[in-house]
Amino acid sequence: MADVSAQRHRTERHGAPSEAVPVLDVQGLEVTYRGSRGDVPAVRGVDLRLDAGETLGLAGESGCGKSTLALALLRLLPVGTQVSGKVLLDGEEVLTMSWGRLRAVRWARGSIVFQGAMHALNPVHRIGRQIAEPILVHEKVTEAEAYERANELLTQVGLPAWRARSYPHELSGGQRQRVMIAMALACSPRLIIADEATTALDVMIQAQVLDLIGTLVAERGIALLMISHDLSVLSATCRRLAVMYAGRLVEIGPAHEVFREPAHPYSEALAAAFPSVGDPASRGRPRGLGGDPPDPAALPGGCPFHPRCPVAQPRCETVTVDLWPAGVDRRAACVRYEPH
Amino acid sequence: MTTTPSGPSAPAEPGAQLASARAVVWQRRKAALAAFWRDYRRQRAGVIGLVGLVLIVGLAVTAPVISDESGLDVTQAPGERLEAPSSRFLLGTDETGRSILLLTLWGSRISLVVGVTATLLAMGIGTLVGIAAGHFGGWFSGLLMRITDWFIVLPRLVLAIALAAVIGTRLPSITTVIIAIGITSWAGTARLIRAQTLAVEGRPYLERARALGAGHWHQMTRHVLPNVMPLVLASTTLEVASAVLAEATLAFLGFGDSGQVSWGTMLSRANSSGAITYGAWWYLLPPGFAILVVVLCFTLCGRALEAVFNPRLRGQI
Repeated sequence: MADVSAQRHRTERHGAPSEAVPVLDVQGLEVTYRGSRGDVPAVRGVDLRLDAGETLGLAGESGCGKSTLALALLRLLPVGTQVSGKVLLDGEEVLTMSWGRLRAVRWARGSIVFQGAMHALNPVHRIGRQIAEPILVHEKVTEAEAYERANELLTQVGLPAWRARSYPHELSGGQRQRVMIAMALACSPRLIIADEATTALDVMIQAQVLDLIGTLVAERGIALLMISHDLSVLSATCRRLAVMYAGRLVEIGPAHEVFREPAHPYSEALAAAFPSVGDPASRGRPRGLGGDPPDPAALPGGCPFHPRCPVAQPRCETVTVDLWPAGVDRRAACVRYEPH
Repeated sequence: MTTTPSGPSAPAEPGAQLASARAVVWQRRKAALAAFWRDYRRQRAGVIGLVGLVLIVGLAVTAPVISDESGLDVTQAPGERLEAPSSRFLLGTDETGRSILLLTLWGSRISLVVGVTATLLAMGIGTLVGIAAGHFGGWFSGLLMRITDWFIVLPRLVLAIALAAVIGTRLPSITTVIIAIGITSWAGTARLIRAQTLAVEGRPYLERARALGAGHWHQMTRHVLPNVMPLVLASTTLEVASAVLAEATLAFLGFGDSGQVSWGTMLSRANSSGAITYGAWWYLLPPGFAILVVVLCFTLCGRALEAVFNPRLRGQI
């Protein structure tokens, strides 16, 4: 299985030199959870495109559907969840592929750095074994080779190789997160999804881990999809930034521009929630956003953000918003950018 | 945290660290074992049970050395029929003139072998069904649990007798008894393991395992099983006690190898030979007490293990 995928991999890369197939191409993705009180749409039509070596940040508050989106990319959602649209990993449709093929694609093509590394590591196995696990699952190698590679990966993420013999509880939070990154790299994937990978860490360790992720991704030409609620983290790590609200993208563009000059009022509120150091105006009164995120089972009509929007117009209650151009390489789903 | 990128320039240093790390790991292992023993020792009842078990197993294993097997042969019985305890026969004799002490000693072998083997069988089935039901969920889990319920609801003894009668025609009787007990006593374990599996399944490292493309078998054996193992161990110890009891019951009722001495067959023979009406208490009490002591010892050990593995239970038993 691994050999076949590696071959396909190579032909795809060399076969299309100029217009390379994007690593990740999401088209009109919709995810609906089936709850006891009816269907709950969590993701409502998302388009994303990610090329090799590119980094994209996905921001939004809790419950906006960003983790659901991440899980849908590798079909990890609970059984019975309705998923429609297209998810192309290296040009291959993930949503319809067979179970066996899907297992081969998981981790070998796209891997995940999970939120909260303390829980994503099995407490009864040694670190080395857990890093070697995906290698043994996906590739025909001997156990000794797999452990050898696990040691290499550990040194690459800045941990001494003898740590492979430790159990998760013997490591600090930052070390565990490094182990998770080593694990994500184990099968040389094309895409890494980092779902709140640094959220539980203190800022110093967070900076170290982000640095590490940035370096590794750049070195290996891996596409990175980074999910966080923290706009400042995303703008520091990613080249492009997408903001999600109520299951839809509301803004997408170059990270620094979206963070510094947000086009959508929701992005503005998210960005303003982080006071900038040295700015007297923001000191002592970090701004946030009033109200709660909308209930995905009963979304408001028109622009879903209008009940909380500080600059809402009467038209917002009825208009159907879409991602409209809002500058060079930027798009925003706000009525202010509606083309006439 | 070390952030120095250790390239190929420093191959000797990690090696040196590895050697010391191995020593550290050994020490840690020893410390963990010592900690377990310390916790176990605090359960005084558990220590008593353990001492009792070591004694009983020691006697059962060394029976051929410390006693003469020929004394079990009815044709070479040294004593008179149903002799009362004396200095020659400490616990008297049975209806053929054999020493009750010798019979009780040799009976422990069958009782323990059947008890332990049947328990291993029951634990194997129970763990497999429990993990499968907890892992797969949906209708498959429902089906497995209904089957489990069926085994719980049916009277265990009746089912075991029926099973023993059906499979007994083809297999050696000791195997029959083991299978009959094993098949009728896995249901409780299956429920227990399923509950624990559900708890483990919710942990993020299983989501991670799924994300990295692990199959069902891999998830169940590598991730769920090691995490439910302590529970299986404690449960096994408790289950042995009831299996020993079940073996004695079946043997008493005549399902067992009447040619081999076990505590159950001794009681059965005592009953059929009229030892009760004769007033031969020395025939009935030793096997009865032996069963009681073994069951008690296993139960005490099992409870102590449970308390060590689940600290919330400490001080409540």
